Amino acid sequence: MTLDTVKNASETPDVELPWAALGLKEDEYLKIREILGRRPTGAELAMYSVMWSEHCSYKSSKVHLRQFGEKAPQSDAMLVGIGENAGVVDVGQGYAVTFKIESHNHPSYVEPYQGAATGVGGIVRDIISMGARPVAVMDPLRFGAPDHPDTKRVLPGVVAGIGGYGNCLGLPNIGGEVVFDACYQGNPLVNALAVGVMKHEDIHLAKASGAGNKVVLYGARTGGDGIGGASILASETFEGGTPTKRPAVQVGDPFQEKLLIECTLEAFRAQLVVGIQDLGAAGLSCATSELASNGSGGMRCDLDDVPLRDATLTPEEILMSESQERMCAVVEPEKIDAFLAICEKWDVTATVIGEVTDGDRLEIFWHGEKIVDVDPRTVAHDGPVYERPYHRPSWQDALQADAPTAERLARPATGDELRAAVLQLVGSVNQADKSWITSQYDRFVLGNTVLAMPEDSGMIRVDESTNLGVAIATDGNGRYTKLDPYTGSQLALAEAYRNVAATGAKPLAVSDCLNFGSPEDPEVMWQFAEATRGLADGCLTLGTPVTGGNVSLYNQTGSEAIHPTPVVAVLGVIDDVTRRTPMAFAEEGQLVYLLGTTEDELGGSAWAQVAHNHLGGLPPKLDLDREKLLAEILIAASRDGMIDAAHDLSDGGLIQAAVESALKGGQGLRLIVPDGLDPFVFLFSESAGRAIVSVPRSEELRFTEMCGVRGLPATRIGVVDGDVIELQGRFTLPLAELREANTGVIEALLA
Amino acid sequence: MTARVGVVTFPGSLDDRDALRAVKLAGAEPVALWHRDKDLHQVDAVVLPGGFSYGDYLRAGAISRFSPVMETIIEQAKGGMPVLGICNGFQVLTESHLLPGAMLRNNHLHFVCKDQKLRVENNTTAWTSDYAQGQEIMIPLKNMDGRFTADRRTIDELEAEGRVVFRYLDGNPNGSIDDIAGITNAAGNVVGLMPHPEHAVEPLIGTGGTDGTGFFTSILKRLVNA
Repeated sequence: MTLDTVKNASETPDVELPWAALGLKEDEYLKIREILGRRPTGAELAMYSVMWSEHCSYKSSKVHLRQFGEKAPQSDAMLVGIGENAGVVDVGQGYAVTFKIESHNHPSYVEPYQGAATGVGGIVRDIISMGARPVAVMDPLRFGAPDHPDTKRVLPGVVAGIGGYGNCLGLPNIGGEVVFDACYQGNPLVNALAVGVMKHEDIHLAKASGAGNKVVLYGARTGGDGIGGASILASETFEGGTPTKRPAVQVGDPFQEKLLIECTLEAFRAQLVVGIQDLGAAGLSCATSELASNGSGGMRCDLDDVPLRDATLTPEEILMSESQERMCAVVEPEKIDAFLAICEKWDVTATVIGEVTDGDRLEIFWHGEKIVDVDPRTVAHDGPVYERPYHRPSWQDALQADAPTAERLARPATGDELRAAVLQLVGSVNQADKSWITSQYDRFVLGNTVLAMPEDSGMIRVDESTNLGVAIATDGNGRYTKLDPYTGSQLALAEAYRNVAATGAKPLAVSDCLNFGSPEDPEVMWQFAEATRGLADGCLTLGTPVTGGNVSLYNQTGSEAIHPTPVVAVLGVIDDVTRRTPMAFAEEGQLVYLLGTTEDELGGSAWAQVAHNHLGGLPPKLDLDREKLLAEILIAASRDGMIDAAHDLSDGGLIQAAVESALKGGQGLRLIVPDGLDPFVFLFSESAGRAIVSVPRSEELRFTEMCGVRGLPATRIGVVDGDVIELQGRFTLPLAELREANTGVIEALLA
Repeated sequence: MTARVGVVTFPGSLDDRDALRAVKLAGAEPVALWHRDKDLHQVDAVVLPGGFSYGDYLRAGAISRFSPVMETIIEQAKGGMPVLGICNGFQVLTESHLLPGAMLRNNHLHFVCKDQKLRVENNTTAWTSDYAQGQEIMIPLKNMDGRFTADRRTIDELEAEGRVVFRYLDGNPNGSIDDIAGITNAAGNVVGLMPHPEHAVEPLIGTGGTDGTGFFTSILKRLVNA
């Protein structure tokens, strides 16, 4: 086969190219021809096809994501906003924190171990690219039905992959979620979050400026893995055509990534880097076009200089390869020796593959012939933008009308019935203890972990001398979002916000991972539009801007989409981590207070799922001003030592939270149903804006006065005491029996 | 005067910073050592930290054992210099034959991260003199290949000579022979264990206890009083 050079492309305008097999639509291909004024070369087509894929270009979601910028609240904390590798937030004392959540859903279904592992690797490289030292990771996970045979394949593989990569990389895993629902059977959600810390002056951006500066590719050699992955990731089936028959899922090497972290940070410290970009989806195509288009000039690269693992790769394949653990840096010529010396110190392969030029073209050569000659902005930024049609699903009204009223769904009433319902709930797979999974992750490494799962948020000490710290929580509830996408995404935001505040940290910023079905289905697109609108409105009210994130579409099997599942990460700051609030009720005699208002809200609840396998009605109402007030009270009470423990109320309601806090602290509870509340509603309702706290008797007056003055309902519901959970006059449950029900559930599933 | 305690960074070492911090908190002077550098920079003792040196490729600790720095450490350890191997460091010590035995994959085949109760079986080594004989301590454990094994004769010898330094309590987390969590050489200067004392030196961090501090205060007292 002859090399398809730019010259050749100009001379042979009628050659048919496999644009459809590469995932491009006809109008997209015609637009590429129009931009170039000729047909693209094979290499150019490869670049455009991956960069214009849903995964890289956000072509279906862009018009909706704009709201995150347009409605962004005023925040002094934002140092770098959406559009960079990750957003950057000021946390004070000269420190900045960058964090981001991403999906690796499709690869994790195809190959659970490597899919999940490389998901961790990719998000960590985004953090390094900003100039930050990664300090922790988190993994919100969603799997199919617990009793489905394929769940036994996917779950252990995903967990082993996250552990195998993250543990070897040396980053503590401090939180996340594990949810089971049949809707995720063919589309498990494997989201990965990473957080990094730097000083303000260390922020680095992805841009290539200064003609004559060198472009250095460093890290792993380029192989044939993951070719076309970017296109396949976001296309409707896994059978999509690729130019060669090689594995679509990439293979990770965490050891190489650890070296890449240390090597990159050392180069940053020595001020050797002008611009930097990690190689993720779309590999070199993405890195070169983004670096060049964000810089001042053009770029010229020689693919012959790319170190290869497989010498038979074609130039198109080199451009598309998604081999992991690679980075691209722009370095001034006089600093290149110092840069290469640092790479050598860390045994990292580094090669100059090109340089920044005066022009505005990205030119790529192979065997001395020009095979790419494009305006890099047209590749990186001028991808198609779709206004996909959307409409409210025909079934939405019927779903919302099917409310879990007492008439429709039988509710436990007697003491024995309530007792049985509690045991059934805490022993259900979504409410059960998750330590079989989380004990496979290292939560101690780096020696700064203040809180880790199952605490409400993960907390990391940022400065050992001042005790400055950050807290992060991720939450999402696909059931709520299915019932009402606007409110559902706000509930996810509110829960993560509440979780951060419950540990004593002040929420500052948001990153989101939006997991949905096919954007070509107008009903799914409506869910997406509503959920993004809800999230943007919610962030505006709470004053927490979205700093970045990721969209994962086509999470569906045939015509069956997953529940719309926006997963929201909230980052907060705490001035003194020694003031953090844990979740365990550990001190006998302390008083238990319920903060917030409880109403009869069981739509989408864990109880409805566990007891009746029911999903219908409306999710809990949300009052974002109340959420802000609750957060302020929790933070003030933590800072001033008024509470010893706090736990947010969410799925499973009050009794789930009470059981978790009691089991963690090894202390029982005597609870009383507040006047005017039905015992069942008291235990199982999932009303938002609530938390339970444990208050030392000496602080009771001060605490209740604060709540009274601020107007936050605070109801004394019991006392920490004994080794049973007792609901006065109704039932008694020994902690041992609760622990027996709550633990070993995941192990039993996989046995 | 205080003691200089070196911590080696191999490619893929992960808990090197934590070990340096633990040394510092105990009051000794932490010294970062680099795997390619044979020079130990006048340290009085060495910690081989946890992690996945060389990705645990081939076999945990098998490649690091050939690092230039290990040549000097092996030589000086034989001369009596105190060496502590934590987790991956323990694996390096067995690969170096400074300690007998080897580590197999955990018997349940999973990575395990938990707070682990141990009993101090020997408080006469360079690294355990600040503990009471038989003291029970809580130290984080986190590994994939933590199942200590050796032939029966070696085990009998270790037991007979009191060279089992730590034993797992309340359940063996990896299937190690005789619940062994850590051992020492005959001279008592080289100690290796799977759990991570450097993660238990601050009340706020990790397990929430400081049961690991004794390793670092033990060595400091020994070196300062020497």
